[in-house]
Amino acid sequence: MTGPADLIFYFVAALTVASAILVATLPNIIYSAVALLFSFAGVAGLYVFVSADFLAATQVLVYVGGILILILFAVFLSNRISTVKISNPVHFNWQAALLCLALFGVLSYTAVSTKFPVKPGLSYQPTTAEIGELLMTRYLLPFEVASVLLLAALIGAALLSRPEGEKERSADMEEPK
Amino acid sequence: MEALARSLVSAVPAIAGVPLWTVTLLMMVLSAAVLLAFALTFGGLGSYVLRKVAGDIQVRIGPNRVGPYGLLQFLADGAKLLLKEDIIPAKADRFLFILAPYLVFVGSFAAFVVLPFGVGLTASDLNIGVYYVMAVTSLVVVGILMAGWASNNKWALLGGMRAAAQIVSYEIPVGMAIMPAVLIAGSLSLQDIVRSQGGLLGIFGWNLFHNPFTFFSFFLYFTAAQAETNQTPFDIPEAESELVSGYNVEYSGIRYAFFFLAEFGDMFVVAALATACFLGGWHVPFFRAEALPALWGNLLSLAVFLIKAFALVLVMMWVRWTLPRLRVDQLMRMSWKYLVPLTFVNLLGVSLWLLIFKGKGIPALIASLIG
Amino acid sequence: MMEPAAYLLLSGILFGIGVVGVVARKNALIILMSVEIMLNGVNVAFIAVGSHLGDVTGSVFAFMVMTVAAAEAAVGLAILIAIYRLKETIDITELNVLKW
Repeated sequence: MTGPADLIFYFVAALTVASAILVATLPNIIYSAVALLFSFAGVAGLYVFVSADFLAATQVLVYVGGILILILFAVFLSNRISTVKISNPVHFNWQAALLCLALFGVLSYTAVSTKFPVKPGLSYQPTTAEIGELLMTRYLLPFEVASVLLLAALIGAALLSRPEGEKERSADMEEPK
Repeated sequence: MEALARSLVSAVPAIAGVPLWTVTLLMMVLSAAVLLAFALTFGGLGSYVLRKVAGDIQVRIGPNRVGPYGLLQFLADGAKLLLKEDIIPAKADRFLFILAPYLVFVGSFAAFVVLPFGVGLTASDLNIGVYYVMAVTSLVVVGILMAGWASNNKWALLGGMRAAAQIVSYEIPVGMAIMPAVLIAGSLSLQDIVRSQGGLLGIFGWNLFHNPFTFFSFFLYFTAAQAETNQTPFDIPEAESELVSGYNVEYSGIRYAFFFLAEFGDMFVVAALATACFLGGWHVPFFRAEALPALWGNLLSLAVFLIKAFALVLVMMWVRWTLPRLRVDQLMRMSWKYLVPLTFVNLLGVSLWLLIFKGKGIPALIASLIG
Repeated sequence: MMEPAAYLLLSGILFGIGVVGVVARKNALIILMSVEIMLNGVNVAFIAVGSHLGDVTGSVFAFMVMTVAAAEAAVGLAILIAIYRLKETIDITELNVLKW
């Protein structure tokens, strides 16, 4: 598969990177969130390219359907539409740029210089069943730990976002007798 | 799709010179166009039927001016929406205001791709079908939130936030209520799920009658899905009497039509998923549609699938005009305190059933007892 | 199917952009978003290499990363909202009461 498939890969990769750059640089926080949507979607597209279908759907479900919604909610709750633009200027400093460039240099050097074993005959295999089996056998402990982590996060988030003096407030939310 | 394109190229010598990917691409575009045409027709006719049903339930006549029995009303409405002035409020965030309807539309219609319309009639039988539907419908939430924010209107913002909270909350019971069908079929692909409900047991092969838990599961799914798509007993996001019209209050003309069509698209997707997962999909009771020649088998199964799905859509409309609206806190309580625990218990019940009875449902057990 | 090096480069670029976002921005929400981009970059590397080697362990790891990302977003945003309620700002240069 050369030709159109490669072109689509470059397109998706460019979309992902461009929207990621927009997230990090746009002064308007809502636009950052929108760019984040396209970045997540682009990454999901990349997963489809490496035949990780289950992960692609999970990416959309967790990141777009969960995390992005949470971020949008936080933006709405902590800003007003008129104040959104002035509230968060970009502070560019050269140390940050240098750090980032150095990091990227190391990462890309490693990526390019590593010799990957060539495994021919790879095809688009469904991965869902295999992932499920691994999660239930070899990686059962991490799976359980992750579920405990999620439960802790659930309780923690609910506790944190509850306003003080909840007892009086919750009284009006009860059914009218 | 590529395999289909390959067989098409080998069958028709006239297009043998065309590269394979072009044929594949053309077929993808064609199937997408067919699906879109179906979805738009459904949106139009659905709105007509909705108003007729509302008329019947409220003891009035409903649309009856345009065409015989008012049948052409939806065309008139469509023309009106297309021709109306496209108003963007001066204080609105123009870019997001324009982007939001498309996100909602895409999120709603991307789900049509995996629906099993017939024996071989699926635009793309993804092996993660159900999961894919769950994933793409979450795009709708982002679109709705953006519409609410970009309108720069407090009703719209309130409606958008309510909608987002509601859809995110009800995604969990919807997913958990569909899981029993996935467990029974052992696959996430919608075609596999439908095929697992076949056999000569007739309607008793359906997942609905597989065991008591799946029977219950169907109703849990139907309730939760109705809430997820903001249908009327749960239409808090657009509650006319409190929020005017919710997140789409500032939209007019063709942009409003996008929201409107997406709502009907959601309705059909919910009905189609319920049909495919619990009501046997395209299986004709006591008859094997797969055994017929390809053309007739597909047509028959398509008709059966559409009849089942439309019947469910009618039920949704009936519920919509019968029950009063819930309050926001009641809605949230219903999801988190009742539906979510119930669906989890249900899922556990189905899993245990499958473990104990080795995957056989009640009808299959009775059949094996008799003979 | 591209070379894994292409995916790793892309993953590095995404991670780098995330680092820039975290270091150069003062809004806590943007910092959270940038952290998500970094996690996404890591996931791309996991999955691309796993898929190249025909091993789904990479996918399992990415799955775990997503779990952690979801938990992090939920708690992080809850903390942000709590801070905003208290101090009316989420600019990290003004949130310095722990500094001495």
